[in-house]
Amino acid sequence: MRGNHTVAEAAVRAGCRYYFGYPITPQNETPEYMAERLFKVEGGVFIQAESEIAAINMVIGASMAGARVMTSSSSPGISLKQEGISFLSALELPAVIVNMSRGSPGLGNIAPAQSDYFQATRGGGHGDYRNIVFGPSSGQELANLTFEGFDLADKYRIPVMLLGDGMLGQMMEPVEFPPEISVKKLPHKEWVLSGAKGRPSRILRSLFLDPIEEEEHNWKLMRKYEKIAREETRWESFQCDDAKMIVVAFGIGARIAKGAIKRVREEGLRVGLIRPISLWPFPSKSIKELSKKVKHFFVFELNMGQMVEDVKLALEGSGEVHFYGRPGGIIPPPMELARVISSQYYQRKLR
Amino acid sequence: MKKVFTRPRSLKQTPFHYCPGCGHSLLHRLIGEVIDEMDLREKIIGVPPAGCAVLAYNYLDIDMGEAAHGRAAALATGLKRALPDRLIFTYQGDGDIAAIGTAETIHAAARGEKITTIFVNNAVYGMTGGQMAPTTVLGQSTTTSPGGRKEQRDGYPIKLSEMLALAQGSAYIERTALNSPSNVLKTKKAIAKAFRIQLDGVGFSLVEVLSPCPTNWRMSPVESWKWIGEVMTTSFPLGVLKDVGDKRDAD
Amino acid sequence: MNLFLDVNRILQHPREGPVVTAYIEINPELCKDCQLCISVCPNQLISPSDQLNPKGYRPVQFVEKQAKKEERKCKGCCLCAVSCPEIAIEVYRG
Repeated sequence: MRGNHTVAEAAVRAGCRYYFGYPITPQNETPEYMAERLFKVEGGVFIQAESEIAAINMVIGASMAGARVMTSSSSPGISLKQEGISFLSALELPAVIVNMSRGSPGLGNIAPAQSDYFQATRGGGHGDYRNIVFGPSSGQELANLTFEGFDLADKYRIPVMLLGDGMLGQMMEPVEFPPEISVKKLPHKEWVLSGAKGRPSRILRSLFLDPIEEEEHNWKLMRKYEKIAREETRWESFQCDDAKMIVVAFGIGARIAKGAIKRVREEGLRVGLIRPISLWPFPSKSIKELSKKVKHFFVFELNMGQMVEDVKLALEGSGEVHFYGRPGGIIPPPMELARVISSQYYQRKLR
Repeated sequence: MKKVFTRPRSLKQTPFHYCPGCGHSLLHRLIGEVIDEMDLREKIIGVPPAGCAVLAYNYLDIDMGEAAHGRAAALATGLKRALPDRLIFTYQGDGDIAAIGTAETIHAAARGEKITTIFVNNAVYGMTGGQMAPTTVLGQSTTTSPGGRKEQRDGYPIKLSEMLALAQGSAYIERTALNSPSNVLKTKKAIAKAFRIQLDGVGFSLVEVLSPCPTNWRMSPVESWKWIGEVMTTSFPLGVLKDVGDKRDAD
Repeated sequence: MNLFLDVNRILQHPREGPVVTAYIEINPELCKDCQLCISVCPNQLISPSDQLNPKGYRPVQFVEKQAKKEERKCKGCCLCAVSCPEIAIEVYRG
């Protein structure tokens, strides 16, 4: 199944009945699939909104009503959604947002890239907030993480972002979906807007004119984020046990890195991979742990250096970090990456 | 003797923070009265604007969900699609609806979203201190149109209700004013009708209310009522602009 | 109560309609002295005052006692209450 279709199908199976989106390459297949799918399923609502801004605000409305709702876009469109995402976070509303990143900044191009890492993990919008951000690196992960994303969004009342890229969105891979959830069996939400029947009226707002209230609201959000960081950090460890150099890569970059590592291992180089799956919360602890044994890290991303900052922060100075990046939609083959890795390996006299 | 006029039950006891003579105070009361009379409190959800009325939820005792500036029509669309049997309305100022929110408003009307919009037109950006608004009339002085709005320099005001009447999805568009007891009551009647249009599932409904802003117009409340009648209505004529229930269109 | 019908009738025929006795109560704590009520009362039964309320406004006052000498009476038309932004006026009619 094509990646863009996979996220849509996974969402519907997770009980999502509301999708608001806008055409932008390379994720057009997602709204197209959703239009077909949601018009056929009971209670399904699909709107092609007038802009990505309108779409994210429709998401806010439907989420306020307690619905499982999704939107998707690509880099420039995600930029447009930033105010809305800040509002979703401040209002503590669940939603799933999919970004199939493309060459940037500006209009960029429609080729895959990983240059929205900062936008996704550093907020992107205004204010002190975090969203759960996943970096899937396969069609199967797209399915699993989209599905789970709805559960986590509801559990923590937080937006969940799937940071994909144009290649993942277009690739066709075999996928197995988790068992479908019935909309009727979704957990009841105590806080939604529904008309003040049999209860006092309810307000969902993010405006706290009193600084004391606003401060407490920020602390409340931070306590939630700390809990999520303790319980939802995910990563994959690949051939790290005997490694002398650790590659750190996410998403499609990690697929290439695995191919490169297999090659250099054939030459006897002891290289492993840490693949963050949750980009926020970032697996800082596991990287710090590794740095007790391994001092050399190699960060590979399809951008000019974004996740590398999180790696350096995680290490807190206890490791050397080399960065290799290709922006703009250039996808280096594993061979090229393998050459760069081995060249670094030798330069550092790890042989 | 019987008490024949009192605060509607759907309004909280909180005294209004609005300026003396502000249209919001009157309009909140009218909405409260309509909610009481049509027994809507348990099924209505409101979307307040960014503007002086951002705190509308301190007064209206109903479910309310905050929207970003200009995006109320999109947020209301999401709410209405998820809760089709509730009454969803937005309450927006002229900047909210006709500057930053123009796209969302026009498209909600074009899609025929069954929501109601109350468009509070006071020809300025009130909360931020009186800057020029899309509905500031020619010759009107504001902090960003010093000396009065000039066509060459500042462009023309926007007649959003006329534009929305063109949208095929809009079912009922009326412009009223808050500048006399009779017009106040006509406004209330228009709001009730707009809600009825939504309850009957006909389409998008909107009431544009010419509303006094004595503070930013630098007038007394009594003078501001006069200014609406003498100046604003020449740019923004009162009346029904669209009513699909009615065979005739706007006069 | 169908306030709309009552007031509409009075607006159309200010001197007709049944003879009623009525009075209003103005809450001085809510009044912001906008004087819209003064401008609409057909019998000039409200006037400004120089009292101060806790918010620093000078609330208007119902002057029927003075007006009775000239036989100006409150008819309970509610024009003042309808025009008052602060809902500071309650109307009694019997």
